[in-house]
Order: sequence, then C-alpha cells, then structure tokens
Amino acid sequence: MSTAAQIVVQDLRLAYGHKEVLHGISFDIRRNEIFGVIGPAQSGKTSLLRCLNRTIDFTPDTRVTGSVLVDGEDVRQTRNVFALRRKIGMVAPLPVGLPMSIYDNVAFAPRCAGMSRKSELDGIVEQCLRQGALWDEVKDRLDSLGTKLSGGQQQRLTIARALSHQPEILCLDEFSIAIDPVTTMRIEDVLKELRRNMTIILVTNLTQQARRLADRTLFLWKGAIVELDRSEVIFSDHPGNRQTYEYVNGIFG
Amino acid sequence: MMFTETPLVRRKLRQERLAKWIFFGMTASMIIPLVLIVGYLVERAWPSLSLSFLVDVPARGMKEGGVWPALVGTIYLVVLSLAVSAPVGVLAAVYLNEYARDNWFNRIINLAVINLAGVPSIVHALFGLGAFVYAARFGYSIISASLTLAIMTLPVIIASTREALASVPRSFREACWNVGATRWQTIKAVVLPNSISGILTGIILQVSRAAGETAPIMFTGAVFFKAVDKGDLFPYGLREQCMALSMHLYTLSTQVPGVKESVPFATAVVLLGSVLVVNATAIILRGYLRSRKKW
Repeated sequence: MSTAAQIVVQDLRLAYGHKEVLHGISFDIRRNEIFGVIGPAQSGKTSLLRCLNRTIDFTPDTRVTGSVLVDGEDVRQTRNVFALRRKIGMVAPLPVGLPMSIYDNVAFAPRCAGMSRKSELDGIVEQCLRQGALWDEVKDRLDSLGTKLSGGQQQRLTIARALSHQPEILCLDEFSIAIDPVTTMRIEDVLKELRRNMTIILVTNLTQQARRLADRTLFLWKGAIVELDRSEVIFSDHPGNRQTYEYVNGIFG
Repeated sequence: MMFTETPLVRRKLRQERLAKWIFFGMTASMIIPLVLIVGYLVERAWPSLSLSFLVDVPARGMKEGGVWPALVGTIYLVVLSLAVSAPVGVLAAVYLNEYARDNWFNRIINLAVINLAGVPSIVHALFGLGAFVYAARFGYSIISASLTLAIMTLPVIIASTREALASVPRSFREACWNVGATRWQTIKAVVLPNSISGILTGIILQVSRAAGETAPIMFTGAVFFKAVDKGDLFPYGLREQCMALSMHLYTLSTQVPGVKESVPFATAVVLLGSVLVVNATAIILRGYLRSRKKW
C-alpha cells in the first residue's frame, strides 16, 4: 500500500449561517486505504463529505474556510466541479434509485460526461452492476425502473451509480442504515475488492463496521477530531484518547 | 372482556360517525350548485341547442343565429395567450425553483408573483389597455387582448409549475449532482420528466380562466359584433378585433333588446361546455401521466 496522501484537509471550517459545524480540522487520507470516519450524529461527518465533492455549494448560506486538496488541487478553487464530483463517488445514507430504468441509472453519469456510444455504455453498466453485486439479480430486467427495486437492491444500485463515472475515491455515508445485514456484508466484501484500485472513505455509525474494514479511523465529535489512528489502535483497549474508548465501547456519556 | 363497548368507546364511535357525515355532507353540498347551474342553463337553452348553433353566425341583429365568430374568437385568444404565458411561466418557474438562491432579488420576484396572482382582472384590463393598446400601439386587437390574458394567467402558471417541480424529491437532484451532473442535466433527466403532468395540468386549468374572463378582453380587443362567414376557421387577423364567448354572452344579456330568450343561455352552455371539455382533458391527462408515475 502506498502511503502518499491523496486528500489533504487543512484547517477546514464550515458554518451553516452562524452555526459552525466543523471547527478547523486537519488530516490526510492516503491513496488506496479505507479511511473510516466514526462519531455520533451531528458531529459533522456528512458535512465533511459534502465539502470534499463541493455539494455543500447547494446548501444556501454556508461558509467554508481552510483547504481541501485532492491530488494536490484545492477543490475550493477548482472551476470544474463536475469533474471533481466524477472523481469522487458518493453514496448517500438512504438508497436513491433515480426514476428511470436500471440501465439509465448507471449510464446517467457517463452520459452527463459526454459518453454516448452504446457499446461503451453497455460495458460500464455491466461492470458497475457487477461491482455493486447487483448484476445477477437485474441482468434480465435492465429496462425496469430503478425506483421499483427493494431497498437493499437500490442501495447497491446507488453504489453502482457512484462507480459509473470511474471515481478514484469512493465515499460511503452510513450506507448500511437502510439495508439488511446480509446485503451489508455483501457490500463490505465488494469494498474489500474495490480498495485495490480506489481510496474509500467510510463514514459509519457502526463502529464494528469501521473496525472490520478501515485501515485508519478518524473519530469526529462535535466538529472536531478527537483521534485519528490505525484502526487497531482506535479499537484497542488503549486508544490515545479516553473518549475514543468510551465511544467505541458504547459507554459514551 | 377486552372488546366490550364501554360508554366511552360508544361515545367516541358516535363522534367518529358524526364527523364523517359532516365532512361528507359538505362535500356533497358542493355538487348541488353545480347540478343546479348546469341543469338550469341547459333547460333554458334547450330550444336553441343544436350543432348548427355552434357553427352559425349571429343573425337578425344578433337576436337569433349561432355563436361561431365568438367561439373562434375565444379559441384565438386562449391559444395565443397561453402560447405566451405557458413558456414564459414554466421557464420562470424552473429558474425560481431550481436555480434561484435565497437573496433579496428573488424574494422580491416571489412576492411579485404571489401578488400578481391576486390582482383583479379589471385591473389587468386597464393595464392591458394602457400597455398594449396604447403604449405598444397594438391597438384594439387580438394581440392586445391575448397579451393581457397572458399577463393575467402568468403568475398562476408560475405558481402551479413551481408546485409541480417541488413535488420531485430533493434526494433525486442530490443523487444527480453527486455523479457530476449539472443543474440543467438534472432538470432535463429527472425534474421535468417527473413533474410534467403537474405542469400541464396547471397550464390547462388556465385555459378555462382565460376563456371565461370578460373584462380584460372587453378593454383591449373584443367587439360586440363582427361579420364572419359561417364555419370560417380563420376569420380574424391578429391586428383585428374579434368576438369572444364571454363578451358575447354579456352583450346578448344586457345590450341587445329583443333577443330570443334561449340564445344567451345556449351561449352560456357553449362557454361552460368548452371549459368542461378542456378541464376533463386535464384530468384525463393527469390520470394517464400519474399511472406512469415512477416512484
């Protein structure tokens, strides 16, 4: 595993109106690692992801300072946010099948990027649905609506869509809260495959999930970093910070 | 026993039944005036009602004959006014709902749209007279009258379109943005296809409003009488004045002495009938598009 930093976050502050939710956090994420982010609700995990791919722009009245470098380029200065968002795949907590066919769900992003050759699109759709562990279930009905799939299938469709624009970084925001444990385990297996050629940021409420998957884990609490270390340390009996131990073991109070 | 009706439960059940009947009664009472209006109109209009009443021109100083020039005039006015207000209204609504940030400029626009929808039609009429007939020098003409109707229907079309757009969940938009789609790509692929039924319904409902208004066209381009050939589909030039059903009804009822009694009622039936046909189209269209709803 290379240890070069792919994402460098420096003194990132984010405020919604007058309410600051990220209080100047700095860390880096290495290429091809699974980077876990844990922390209770309202600690700023989702806001952090939205700063990475600049979808924070869609929320009115936000103020962002500090810098986020992706491959050395400051995302806050970049003019082509669409290319940035294609570089970063994003999976939201609740599955979203777009109201179009399964095929179109996956082909949507490549088409937006200007791809129109049927053969190329076919290849991407099949590859991404396979990577999302959904291909076998839907290969005979690619024309049916993505919104009619079950919740777990829709979440895998969401993952396939996030992979369809060939991202180098994949962010998963509590991807398992709306799906059953079996599907969750299947997706976790998928992630272990994917890490070979991409960096994965795994935001999760399930500390055990971070323990199973993440190389390093960041504990975020109320918009500040409590601790960032290798997962063996974070989830050991003696992490660097007492709070981390209490949160991971469910005696946080 | 667990399921015995105690006095308290019985009282609750009684209240429940009572509430249901009151709500049902109010709903049912709405039907009564509708049935009475339609029944009364048709009954009084009966001697004149026939297919030839539609395509005949008024005869003997409008005392007899049909409504063809007025019917065609109304169609002209409605089609032209919606040809202006529908695209402008829909595009404006897309901007307001999909692009506009919450700043003072857009807040003023929002306020203006809401208030414009509440302006009485007679005020629109005066505005149309000043703006289109005189200032823009269109004169008393179909253009002036249509534009006045367009201004009148525009705010309502904007409001109904915005409502239709807002009914598409935000999560769909976010999913599109997340994969690098621009706002316009998102609108094209997800927002418009899934709000089109609401948008069309809102527009079609404005047809009946534009067809029914008298004041705005009376001031700007509708005339008492115009000589038109029976069944002529294109009797008017755009710079000419035209007859219209609502205006015709007003004229027959108040300005022409000695009209055969059933003629104004038959005119009202034609006006009401065309409005009902258009509204029924809207309902059928909405039903069809809803049956293809995708989530």
